[in-house]
Amino acid sequence: MFADWPLLSLVIWTPILGGLAVLSANSESQKTVARGLALLFSVLTFILSIPLYAAFDATTAAMQFVEGPVEWIPRFNIYYNLGVDGIAMPLILLTSFMTVLVVLAGWEVIKERVAQYMAAFLIMEGLMIGVFAALDAALFYVFWEAMLIPMFLIIGIWGGPRRVYATMKFFLYTFFGSVFMLIALLYLYFQTNSFLITDFQQYNMGIIPQLLIFLAFLIAFAVKVPMWPVHTWLPDAHVEAPTGGSVILAAIMLKLGAYGFLRFSLPITPDASQELDWLMISLSLIAVVYIGFVALAQQDMKKLIAYSSIAHMGFVTLGFFVAWRIFNTTGSLDGAVMGIEGGIVQMISHGFISGAMFLCVGVMYDRMHTRQISDYGGVANTMPIFAAFMVFFSMANAGLPGTSGFVGEFMVILSSFKANFWFAFLAAITLILGASYTLWMVKRVIFGDVANDNVAALKDINKREFLILGILVVAVLLLGLWPAPLLEVMEPSVNNLLQHIMQSKL
Amino acid sequence: MNIEMPNFLLALPEIFVLGMTCVLLVIDLFLKQQDRYLTYLLALFTLLVAAVLTLYGDSGERQITFNGSYVADSMSHVLKLGVYFAVFVVFVYAKDYLRDRNMFKGEFYILGLFGMLGMMIMISAHSLLTLYLGLELLSLSLYAMVALQRDSIHASEAAMKYFVLGAIASGMLLYGMSMIYGVTGTLQLDSIAERAVSGDRTLLAFGLVFLLVGMAFKLGAVPFHMWVPDVYHGAPTAVTLYIGSAPKIAAFAMLVRLLVDGMIDLHDQWQGILIILAVLSMAVGNIVAIAQTNLKRMLAYSTISHVGFLILGILTGTQSGFSASMFYALAYVLMALGGFGMIILLSRKGFEGDKLDDFKGLNRRSSWYAFMMLILMFSMAGVPPFLGFWAKLAVLQEVVAADMLWLAIVGVVFSVIGVFYYLRIVKLMYFDEPNSEEALQCSTDMRLLISANALMVLGIGLFPGALMAVCTAAFS
Repeated sequence: MFADWPLLSLVIWTPILGGLAVLSANSESQKTVARGLALLFSVLTFILSIPLYAAFDATTAAMQFVEGPVEWIPRFNIYYNLGVDGIAMPLILLTSFMTVLVVLAGWEVIKERVAQYMAAFLIMEGLMIGVFAALDAALFYVFWEAMLIPMFLIIGIWGGPRRVYATMKFFLYTFFGSVFMLIALLYLYFQTNSFLITDFQQYNMGIIPQLLIFLAFLIAFAVKVPMWPVHTWLPDAHVEAPTGGSVILAAIMLKLGAYGFLRFSLPITPDASQELDWLMISLSLIAVVYIGFVALAQQDMKKLIAYSSIAHMGFVTLGFFVAWRIFNTTGSLDGAVMGIEGGIVQMISHGFISGAMFLCVGVMYDRMHTRQISDYGGVANTMPIFAAFMVFFSMANAGLPGTSGFVGEFMVILSSFKANFWFAFLAAITLILGASYTLWMVKRVIFGDVANDNVAALKDINKREFLILGILVVAVLLLGLWPAPLLEVMEPSVNNLLQHIMQSKL
Repeated sequence: MNIEMPNFLLALPEIFVLGMTCVLLVIDLFLKQQDRYLTYLLALFTLLVAAVLTLYGDSGERQITFNGSYVADSMSHVLKLGVYFAVFVVFVYAKDYLRDRNMFKGEFYILGLFGMLGMMIMISAHSLLTLYLGLELLSLSLYAMVALQRDSIHASEAAMKYFVLGAIASGMLLYGMSMIYGVTGTLQLDSIAERAVSGDRTLLAFGLVFLLVGMAFKLGAVPFHMWVPDVYHGAPTAVTLYIGSAPKIAAFAMLVRLLVDGMIDLHDQWQGILIILAVLSMAVGNIVAIAQTNLKRMLAYSTISHVGFLILGILTGTQSGFSASMFYALAYVLMALGGFGMIILLSRKGFEGDKLDDFKGLNRRSSWYAFMMLILMFSMAGVPPFLGFWAKLAVLQEVVAADMLWLAIVGVVFSVIGVFYYLRIVKLMYFDEPNSEEALQCSTDMRLLISANALMVLGIGLFPGALMAVCTAAFS
């Protein structure tokens, strides 16, 4: 029944136009209207995105729900062209799902300029979905860059004391990264006379242009993921952003960089990716191990989770770029498939878990207005229900079997074991490190005696917060216990991707 | 000797503007101050009729008349329409500003129209002499307009500076023209292009350098940019708005007429010079703008950097490169109108509103206009989906196509640096608390027009295809 609906356009434009509608309820007296409208549009978008999964044909790697190409800018052969495969579709669902939670999370917490807050998130949702759905590189770039504007405002207006510094750093870092991608795209356009990503993927070129294009893409995507050493904007942005901003940043924006590797770097420049896979694997392992240690030393809960995000994203990039090593040692693609699938599962799972962790910190911050670990202690005594949630998500963050955090990490470690024992060894260290920094934080914050009067006065979570965290528990458990539906959906696309990148373009 | 009768019809818009301006000059003499509104309305009427005449005069082919010194082609029609639009917007924005400062006199409109006539002549010039004539008509009007507020020290100083430096630039330009004339023995651009092939290369190159120096002065390209910030800052905002918008279109036309129509054969020579001008302009413009505390000065440096980008398209020496530059010029004018217009919107009697701090907390005072300014600033910074992004994309694409990848990289690096100071305005408007809670005061026509102006930057940004097609058609 959905075959002739422009579903992708609907999930992109419903939140954007909805955001503009919310903006019209800008005055102080219309706060409730703004909240209600925002919830309405975010839920509507989520409902509209469900058919993308329900009607998805998991037997093919071809793009589905394709719209266009409709001529947009004839001068540059730019088309409005949308479509999803098994890699992009789950990410779109993740986006529309998390946005509903973020709208709920900001319900009472945000008291000033409510309409603008909600509108920024809705508009950003549409733009992020646009990034995942775009099949035209110029369209992709427009969404990719435009998305920075609402995030810039979210951190800058509703953020913490050093918000201006953090948001400027965020914007300039990511903008700097992406302009190099723009040059690479322009070069590819000049060569192929088209902006369609599939045309770029079919275009054969020598190793030197491939290396240059790969590096240009790397700057853009590595900043976004973020990979060591260009990760420094993330802790600042996370610490200063309001809870909702942190959630979206961790749950979705970081995934955009990883998605870029899958959609651009690997298929457009496969030989350069193979040539430089040592670099990518090293950077990923540094992120996993070194950033894990850095996380151990944090005093601020949000900073700790931010560093843990970087470490977890290291797994994602490790899973993507270890493919050639596996193929060369085992001679079959199966291990490589598992690596990339593990990376994608890790992306989705990290979206849930990091989002949940930031929401938990947000819950405490709303009550205590501090994020320092040392200001807490014994929260379990006054907030028992909340403590249960927090402990659960921390376990998931540490990769406890049965939670979604385990599946992705396990798949990546298993596949990297096929490539090289030491890759797997270093990656596995994170299981220990992850458990150490997360559980140590939990121990200091949740358990023990009540630390001070402020903690003693804490009230447990209300129904709204219970609902948000409860939904996330279900999501984390579902993905952890039964990842098969997700794996089935992406299987053909990942296979197709690997077959494409194993063919040299030289 | 046979004298061919020129085709006056082709120059009908110019003739009409000239006639109307002279009529206005007389009418304005007999108007009392409270009836001055009539001058304003008549000036707007002149612009509208000129636009209609230009639209209907477009035959779609290139025609040359007045013994080869005037050309009407599709580029000239598009650029003239752009100029009318810009001047129209300037007149509307300026009305309240001038009235609040006792400057609501006929001179502003008459000088503005004469300046516009100069621009039209530059755009349609097909000989060195016509070009110079148009340029001087424009420049003289501008000098006088800057000095319009005669009791202000800043304005007088700015006018003086502008006049002296502008006179030097004109001298350079004339000297270059005389050399070109010496080599080719003609003033007409077509004949220059023909004869330059066999002419004395050294002498031509010398002439070219002087021409370029003169043009760089007028454009405000580094290292001939010194006057730009001082004049933009010193002039009354209404005049800054005028200087900062429409003349950029005329300056673009001048570059194209001289370098492309006249000396495309010397492309190897002028390309190198333009590369230096472009890189320096982008570097100095973007870096120095960071240090400014006055928005007019900041926008002046931003103009310099945009001129650098505009030159990038021309230096490729290809038809598509020129059309990309033309798109950039038109896009820039639209953004500049909005940017300077916002300063006027913020100002009121006895308050200029041109300091960066005056934008503090604008979101609290008026979230709508803060949003409009946000669109303008992100557009100038070149962030999609706004118009400025496509302008930069078009120019950069041509640079890449001309096999100058390094130049494109230099361009984007400086535009990233530039993003910082545009973001700072957004930061002031959205993240800071306002200095005063006073509501914005301005008339409805201004409010409507500035909203339309900013929304156009967004709207054309979402659908840039049509304007791009017009620019492409102008060079084919």
